[in-house]
Amino acid sequence: MLRYISKRLFYMLMSLFLIVTATFFLMRAAPGGPFSSEKQVPPEIEKNLNEYYGLDRPWYIQYFDYLVSVAKWDFGPSFKYKGQTVNDLIDEGFPVSFFLGMESLLIAVSIGILLGVIAALKHNKWQDYAAMVFAVIGISVPNFIMASILQYFLAIKLGWFPVARWESLQHTVLPALALAATPMAFIARLTRSSMLEVLSNDYIRTAKAKGLSQGQITVKHAIRNAILPVVTYLGPLSAQILTGSFVIEKIFGIPGLGGHFVTSITNRDYTVIMGVTVFYSILLLLSVLLVDIAYGFIDPRIKLAGGKKGE
Amino acid sequence: MKKRLSILFSLMLVLSLFLSACGGFKKGDESTGEKGKSGSKTANVPQELHINIKTEPFSLNPGLANDSVSGNVLYQTFEGLTRIKDGKPQLAMAESYQVSKDLKTYTFKLRDAKWSNGDPVTAKDFEYAWKWALDPKNQSQYAYQLYYIKNGQAFNEGKAKAEDVGVKAIDDKTLQVTLENPTPYFLQLTAFYTYFPVNSKIAAKNPKWYTNAGPDYTSNGPFKMVTWDHNNKIVLEKNENYWDAKSVKLTKIEMVMVNDTNTELSMFNNGELDWAGMPTGQLPPDSLSQLKAEGKLHVQPIAGVYWYKFNTEKPPLNNVNIRKALAYAINRKAIVENIAKGEQIPAMAAVPPTMFPENKKGYFKDNDVEKAKEYLKKGLQELGLKDVKDLPPITLSYNTDDLHAKIAQAIQDMWKKNLGIEVKLDNSEWAVYIDKLHSGDYQIGRMGWLGDFNDPINFLELFRDKKGGNNDTNWENPKYKQLLIDSQKETDPEKRKEMLKQAEAILMDEMPVAPIYFYTNTWVQKDNLKGVEMSGLGDVQFKWAYFE
Repeated sequence: MLRYISKRLFYMLMSLFLIVTATFFLMRAAPGGPFSSEKQVPPEIEKNLNEYYGLDRPWYIQYFDYLVSVAKWDFGPSFKYKGQTVNDLIDEGFPVSFFLGMESLLIAVSIGILLGVIAALKHNKWQDYAAMVFAVIGISVPNFIMASILQYFLAIKLGWFPVARWESLQHTVLPALALAATPMAFIARLTRSSMLEVLSNDYIRTAKAKGLSQGQITVKHAIRNAILPVVTYLGPLSAQILTGSFVIEKIFGIPGLGGHFVTSITNRDYTVIMGVTVFYSILLLLSVLLVDIAYGFIDPRIKLAGGKKGE
Repeated sequence: MKKRLSILFSLMLVLSLFLSACGGFKKGDESTGEKGKSGSKTANVPQELHINIKTEPFSLNPGLANDSVSGNVLYQTFEGLTRIKDGKPQLAMAESYQVSKDLKTYTFKLRDAKWSNGDPVTAKDFEYAWKWALDPKNQSQYAYQLYYIKNGQAFNEGKAKAEDVGVKAIDDKTLQVTLENPTPYFLQLTAFYTYFPVNSKIAAKNPKWYTNAGPDYTSNGPFKMVTWDHNNKIVLEKNENYWDAKSVKLTKIEMVMVNDTNTELSMFNNGELDWAGMPTGQLPPDSLSQLKAEGKLHVQPIAGVYWYKFNTEKPPLNNVNIRKALAYAINRKAIVENIAKGEQIPAMAAVPPTMFPENKKGYFKDNDVEKAKEYLKKGLQELGLKDVKDLPPITLSYNTDDLHAKIAQAIQDMWKKNLGIEVKLDNSEWAVYIDKLHSGDYQIGRMGWLGDFNDPINFLELFRDKKGGNNDTNWENPKYKQLLIDSQKETDPEKRKEMLKQAEAILMDEMPVAPIYFYTNTWVQKDNLKGVEMSGLGDVQFKWAYFE
């Protein structure tokens, strides 16, 4: 187990190094710079600015400096937000994105599994159809449209929630729902099909024959086995929810990190682009690793030793 | 099924309990938003304003700010020597001033004013702030706004010392400013945020004073900043130490950062905002017609122009008659009414009517297809071409935006129909686009230009020098250039205006740019909100605002 994890960590470092390098060079290759604007700054001022931010030094020195600062977890000052460092932006933005992400993940997983289980137990009955219509809507409606729909009905028409902003728990409900809709629907479908498969197995029939109630069978025997595909999906899902929330963050005016992920590129805010990319990469790599480790706990047939799963 | 439903609800309950236990919110004045509004039943209307400023301001240090978001916060919290009201500079921090005969030396007497922490505002605070912004060691992007001051540019370029810069605190209450040239609009400039003072005592102690709200963030304007929750909101409260505090009726301004036009309008409709749209926010373009029909839309012309730039070094645009043909064959009225829809004014001149009122008419007729055809014929002859079919397709560039794309398609169509000219469209992302334009890698490109202060020179000096930074057209005209240079030294305002008008006439005759329309600000607001001061430049001041 330890060997497996250390090996995985080593690969993670290698991937990170490649990501940092690729981002650095791609970014510099893009036309335009952090100081180009409609009202062009006089060349002398641009020279001062380049000097101030060290952009006048040769690329290999900048690259090397950058590697060193990343290793020290110091991403430097933002070019656009004067007086703020990239670390400030991450420290302020990430907890918000994380909170929103966790809330939607919880909604997606709990309601998704619940719907899937109900649909499987009531196979080909109205509950099944209802749950699956719900799932199809969830999958086919993009989250930014879902956001507008929720805003219109739940906030403006019914007045249950505020339209946007990040102030109280009430403010988080709509964005979390909008973000959760698609994965929730996906999880419901995933759970339903794997539940159906599990329910047709012999050991379920045995359990039934033993006289166990439907509830006991479902909870003790079926769900545990049916949930494996959902866990597999959790890694990429958490990654997707954490990085993909920028549209939702924009629509709801949420001060998360997702916004910086996009606007820093438009702004050519080099240090922010780099910092946020590195930060998200670490997050993604970690979440994938965590899911792989979680496999071993849920399904003892999967061993993590030797670096290959499923041996 | 009932049982299942109750399971579902209890699950949601547990979930919400868990989430509320997680916390994760910044403590502050969370409760104020809703409470402030529900309390409106009392006799007095709460004087709290809720607006949207779209994004995080780049900096709330007047010397570092270089964007309109920061500007619109700073205009509420700081105050310069003058303040613009009804389009004219009024004395603000300055109590009086004297100008030398050659119009180059201004001596300001400061009034007894205090910073939000009670420190007196002194002439030294001005001297400090201006020199700090000009200092090449500091990363001020807008330092060139101070180049009107003697040796300002030289100091910023490292060719002069700080002592040489023409701003000096004679004593605590006297500020002497020496200029490079007589600058008739200097009192307009002193109202601009780069000219605001900074509390020199605090800045000397804490160089990072401007990054967060707190005891070190002091300001001298009608409002002080009490909360700056980055990327989320800024809360301002009335500054009791402000010299004219009795004129300030609002007790609080909450500025939220929601960068989505539809959400902004929804929030306004839902009563979460008192104001939606420009200048601090933006309305969805598609909603404008409806809002207008409902009689809710407010419109005000501002000093800005949307135009197409011609790269006068790329054939066939190096030919003035071709350029004129293209410019004359645009139906601006149709574009404004069917695409932009914000009651913009069709532009047949370069300087907005807010500065030259006679420019509502302009220098030529809108959609003058007959004349355009004549110019085209002449142009083709000069280029040695027999027919318009021999003209290779022209590329029209614009940056990614729905509106720019629609306008480009419409104009492509007009040029094809009216003149038979083939046009290719070329869309790119903003930073790529601006790079293209500045490096001359384009044929025709769109651009907008907004004035920084209320003077035509803002629009005309763009085209003074071929390599002038923002020219992009590579056009230069010696007579035009001379007129602008002479106008800088002219002390008689009437004569100066005449010179600028002559220059504009040259520009419209040579046509390195084809103006399309003059911008307007469009917004909706609560009916009982009064006294908001909007300048012709599109800035907003809430100093005199109140709820009825």
